[in-house]
Amino acid sequence: MSVIDLPTHADEAYRYADLAALAGLWPLQPQVIHVAAGEQGALSIVAEGDAAQAREIEIVLGADAAFDLRLLNAGRAYGRLAVKVTLGRGARFHLGAAQLGGGDQVLEIVTEVVHAEPDAVSRQVIRSVLTGHATGTYLGKVRVDRGAVGTDGEQSVRAMLVDRTATANARPELEIYADDVKCAHGCAVGELDAMGLFYLQSRGLPPAEAKKLMLQAFIAEAFIGAGEEETLTAAALAALEGLL
Amino acid sequence: MLNIENLQATVADKPILKGLSLTVNAGEVHAIMGPNGAGKSTLGYTLGGRPGYEVTGGSVSFDGADLLALDPHERAAAGLFLGFQYPVEIPGVSNVQFLREALNAQRTARGEAPLSGGEFLKLAREKAGLLRMDMDMLKRPVNVGFSGGEKKRAEMVQMGILDPKLAILDETDSGLDIDALRICGEGINAIMRKPDRAVLLITHYQRLLDYVKPDFVHVLAGGRIVKSGGPELALQLEEQGYEAVAA
Repeated sequence: MSVIDLPTHADEAYRYADLAALAGLWPLQPQVIHVAAGEQGALSIVAEGDAAQAREIEIVLGADAAFDLRLLNAGRAYGRLAVKVTLGRGARFHLGAAQLGGGDQVLEIVTEVVHAEPDAVSRQVIRSVLTGHATGTYLGKVRVDRGAVGTDGEQSVRAMLVDRTATANARPELEIYADDVKCAHGCAVGELDAMGLFYLQSRGLPPAEAKKLMLQAFIAEAFIGAGEEETLTAAALAALEGLL
Repeated sequence: MLNIENLQATVADKPILKGLSLTVNAGEVHAIMGPNGAGKSTLGYTLGGRPGYEVTGGSVSFDGADLLALDPHERAAAGLFLGFQYPVEIPGVSNVQFLREALNAQRTARGEAPLSGGEFLKLAREKAGLLRMDMDMLKRPVNVGFSGGEKKRAEMVQMGILDPKLAILDETDSGLDIDALRICGEGINAIMRKPDRAVLLITHYQRLLDYVKPDFVHVLAGGRIVKSGGPELALQLEEQGYEAVAA
């Protein structure tokens, strides 16, 4: 097997990557998961700690298979989580992902969801919280192959900039080669609602607590309904407390 | 309890309050009435400490402390409650979690022991009952999907739980149907009509005052109190309008 060269920023999937950090991790060994027809699978990945990390996951779903993937990208260095999913007929894929970063960290979540056959459903919920000079990126491609009619794909991408010096890149992308498909994506980069913060403070919450409560709720959207919802939410809260 | 002297405030550099003076003593209910644009909501927000509401002159003392020197959460801990005309929706944050954290933050700031989960729920259930609000609603995210009337009742439940010394209620009666108006009015009486409590009711209409009988009524116009009187003043306003009475 030949070692593929380290990508450059010209490579779309690595446009915002921290290439210097990536060089130390290259080449990546993708983790490959096959879910047989009619079966179900789930995986939660929590990236934390001080070391840079980059992971690639490939998931192939057979007919009517289902997979629930949850990602928490909350280490204190470069963190890249890349997922490629191929959905068979009638398969269901759910991704809930959150990333939290500060300092001059680079975090990225990169997904490619391929609806290869008809009637598959994909849902992606991505939430980023960024402080300081951190950069958080989501690149999400949904490809609907020829003949994959009845596809139903949704991406909900939101990033919260706690400091105006932070950067969020969000690029949901649709490549559709079939008719009769339903694909939706929503994308927003914003700041915490000032009126909401005042409302919480007017009831007695100090500013930092009010902020934390709102951000906690924002991140929690990525983990609703997960088998390990409590563990993930607690890990996200710990990361949030480290950031604020 | 509350002593406002010659208060002047601007919003986006526009003067709104232009020398407002008002004294509210413990045990009293004051109603502030006035036409649109008179500065009623600005008064509430300025006393609550909302960012962007800049005090350019005058003073406000609350229980002997300089209210204007305190941050919004410190004003709450000191015993001030601001009932919002448009209660804010906070998706993902349950009422129960929010109110328990808020109450315990206030208690900690006052040097009191925080309430346990069980103690808090008992208190919340009691106050929700007072406003005939189902506990299930308090488990839902703050104000999300609540009707106008439910939001106002939820505000009163919050007030009951936080148990302030002074409640400034900004158009609590707006958006309420007749039954909800009565329930809110009775709630305000049950929670706040006490010798050591006081209420400042900001309203357009007489109808809430049928339930919460004010001791004093003031007309706010052009950023000042232009007329003060007893409960009969509210009736006179309702009959003759602001222009005739405040002229």
